[in-house]
Amino acid sequence: MAHAETHDPNTPLEYRSEIGRLNILGFWIFLGAEIALFATLFATYMVLTHRIADGPALGELFEVKSLLIQTFLLLTSSFTCGLAVHEMRRHNVKGLITWMAVTLGLGLGFLYFEIQEFLHFIHEGANIGTSAAWSGFFVLVGTHGAHVTFGIFWVTMVLIQVAKRGLTPATSAKVFITSLYWHFLDVVWIFIFTAVYLMGMVTHHG
Amino acid sequence: MKWDEFFVTGDPMIYGADVSIVLTMVGILFYLTKYKKWKWLWDEWLTTVDHKKLGIMYIVSAVLMLFRGGVDALLMRTQLAVPEAKFLDSQHYNEIFTTHGTIMIIFMAMPFLIGLINVVVPLQIGARDVAYPYLNAVSFWTFFIGAMLFNISFVIGGSPSAGWTSYMPLASNELSPGPGQNYYLLGLQIAGIGTLLTGINFLVTILKMRAPGMTLFRMPMFTWSSLVTMVIIIFAFPILTVALALMTFDRLFGSHFFTLQGAGMDMLWANLFWLWGHPEVYIVILPAFGMFSEIISTFSRKTLFGYKAMIWSMLLIAGYSFLVWVHHFFTMGSGALVNSVFSITTMAIGIPTGVKIFNWLFTMYRGKIQFTTPMLWSLGFIVNFVIGGVTGVMLAMAAADYQYHNTYFLVSHFHYVLIAGTVFACFAGLIYWYPKMFGYKLNERIGKWVFWIFTIGFNVCFFPQYFLGLDGMPRRVYTYSEESGWGPLNMVSTIGGFMMGIAFLVLVYNMYYSFRFAKRELTGDAWDGRTLEWSTPSAMPPFYNFAKIPEVTGLDHFWRQKQAGKVEKLTANELKPIHMPSNSGVPFIMASFFFVAGFGMVFDWMWMAIVGLIGVFGTLIYRSFEYDDGYYVSVEEIIETEKISK
Repeated sequence: MAHAETHDPNTPLEYRSEIGRLNILGFWIFLGAEIALFATLFATYMVLTHRIADGPALGELFEVKSLLIQTFLLLTSSFTCGLAVHEMRRHNVKGLITWMAVTLGLGLGFLYFEIQEFLHFIHEGANIGTSAAWSGFFVLVGTHGAHVTFGIFWVTMVLIQVAKRGLTPATSAKVFITSLYWHFLDVVWIFIFTAVYLMGMVTHHG
Repeated sequence: MKWDEFFVTGDPMIYGADVSIVLTMVGILFYLTKYKKWKWLWDEWLTTVDHKKLGIMYIVSAVLMLFRGGVDALLMRTQLAVPEAKFLDSQHYNEIFTTHGTIMIIFMAMPFLIGLINVVVPLQIGARDVAYPYLNAVSFWTFFIGAMLFNISFVIGGSPSAGWTSYMPLASNELSPGPGQNYYLLGLQIAGIGTLLTGINFLVTILKMRAPGMTLFRMPMFTWSSLVTMVIIIFAFPILTVALALMTFDRLFGSHFFTLQGAGMDMLWANLFWLWGHPEVYIVILPAFGMFSEIISTFSRKTLFGYKAMIWSMLLIAGYSFLVWVHHFFTMGSGALVNSVFSITTMAIGIPTGVKIFNWLFTMYRGKIQFTTPMLWSLGFIVNFVIGGVTGVMLAMAAADYQYHNTYFLVSHFHYVLIAGTVFACFAGLIYWYPKMFGYKLNERIGKWVFWIFTIGFNVCFFPQYFLGLDGMPRRVYTYSEESGWGPLNMVSTIGGFMMGIAFLVLVYNMYYSFRFAKRELTGDAWDGRTLEWSTPSAMPPFYNFAKIPEVTGLDHFWRQKQAGKVEKLTANELKPIHMPSNSGVPFIMASFFFVAGFGMVFDWMWMAIVGLIGVFGTLIYRSFEYDDGYYVSVEEIIETEKISK
């Protein structure tokens, strides 16, 4: 299968081995399953959003400042992740690692503010057991946060491999797949931003 | 926790099970050690990434689960044979019908079909392997470990007892205390990971690994049905993942998704469960349809009638499967409009299914039919499945459903479609592809006995249940009074159940008998088949499947080559080295860590869960850093394996 294959010189490195092409396609399909997973979580959240029992309403506790910082950090990280892949296409290992490191830093910053926000909510008396609405909130937003956490570990591991082995069809496919994952998290966040935070604040403040 | 809370005690049958489990384990360990089989077991099976071996392991596990689920069924039927029976108490009965349903759907039907898909699909499309052989091993081992975790519940900690649907609040901490329901949640969750990975793996395999010339509309019907099934898996299983996770959160971490406190919504569980659960029905029936298409075509000596109509009807069924889930709870207050909509979509799904039935009949029309055992099972399927389908349309009428909802009418209906559809297909497919897997046929004469005993027993068991249901006997009751008048029909039903049990034993005997005495197949084309899997020159394909990848020119390529007398012989000079993946022990070890994590969560021992999860991530990282590009099979070895004279 991995016989000497002839390539158009314009083929990106990550598409040059059959295994690389297969893995990238498989990962796209995996993202399809992830969409189904998040769609289910969103649907659950939407159904439960007004079922607050004796606890606080969701929009009551949301804060614009924290939300904007998180959004800024995550959207920027998607941009720097794109720059990293751009550097990879130019076979610039140092540029790739630098921009990916920036991406990871922004991701960590996002997680820091998200955890701060969660702690704030818990301090204000809203935790996963407060009401169905808050259960829905913490599990939906928390699942996204867990994905970001996983992504940070994953990208780090892949960067170590790039540093050790340089850019090969195998390592570049891994970098490319992690970048797809990272952009996907950004897309999910845009939906959380809208469906959870904006709608929560609009319904609360009118 | 005390020991008698950890081990299930008090029931003599459970002690019997304990003893038999220990004896079996000791027996296996003794055998492996005495005959020095440990290395063989590890090298050939536990670390394999060969799709054919993984498929066989799936099938063996599924047959064991069929035994376990079947014993559950016979225990239930024994309890129900006479009124006011004292054979099982109510709690034990609840546990048994819960595990029976869960095991049969999740750990028997699906793995059996996925096992056959594993063995057959890569061969049918002319591929050397699946797209991700290593991932395939991960899929198998997570399924296997999930099944084992679920199965030990009946001796350690106690079984789930809220039904395989696990409706809330019945499955909550208040009404189902103890670890039983946690076993359900974790066992299904771990196995579900494997199923999703299988879905991705085979979708990519079928889309990308086909031999040259095999366009989508030249693919055999079983491959088509697998492709459609994989798409359903990819969209349905994440819903189950979420639903199980949310209930796990409710039970272990105090959230309020489905609880009655904290404004939770118990109907949300019913919706999520069936939004996965209904597509699941088609996940276990579409591959069955694919198998019947292959078998009926082969033994009618004709190309499948209405090939394209078959494909489009399957795609239509796949789409509809996501639009009918509310028919599982018409009586739970959805309102007239919602019920009407789902009533209509439910009836509509019968149309593409009817198209398929007629296509099978027209395939047989004017064919030269051979009544082999796989063909008998296919014919039995058509008759019995139609009985199940017609009663399904009766249930689809929402207003009428108020009469027979949650009665034995329903129980009978879904056994008619699931047994006549999936189980008949599993038997038919197993017998049909048995020579491909093991190099010899199962004995046909004994096989026909199995068919007749099973099919008659099946009808004796389930046909009376329609009348019990119409007479008002509710499902899930563990006993009933003499005055109800349900006694005689229940006795008949139980006799039928035991006939199916006997048929299973005869099937197992057939495997033993054929292993000892059946004539060995040499050609690889045991049934004069039509599709590519029969074109490998040896009875069992070598680990690399095809020495030379075939070039496909149309539907039923191999059959048309044989008709034209143009089957190519392999020659040594056209061979090239073949690239193959290396074996790996990591999937097995990863799944073992999943077991540790799952077991910890079942008992709410978080330290153990964390240890297990660290192990899982450790194996992931280990794999990520492993750069194993596999190896090449040399031309000399291929010549040796294929016995080509130079």
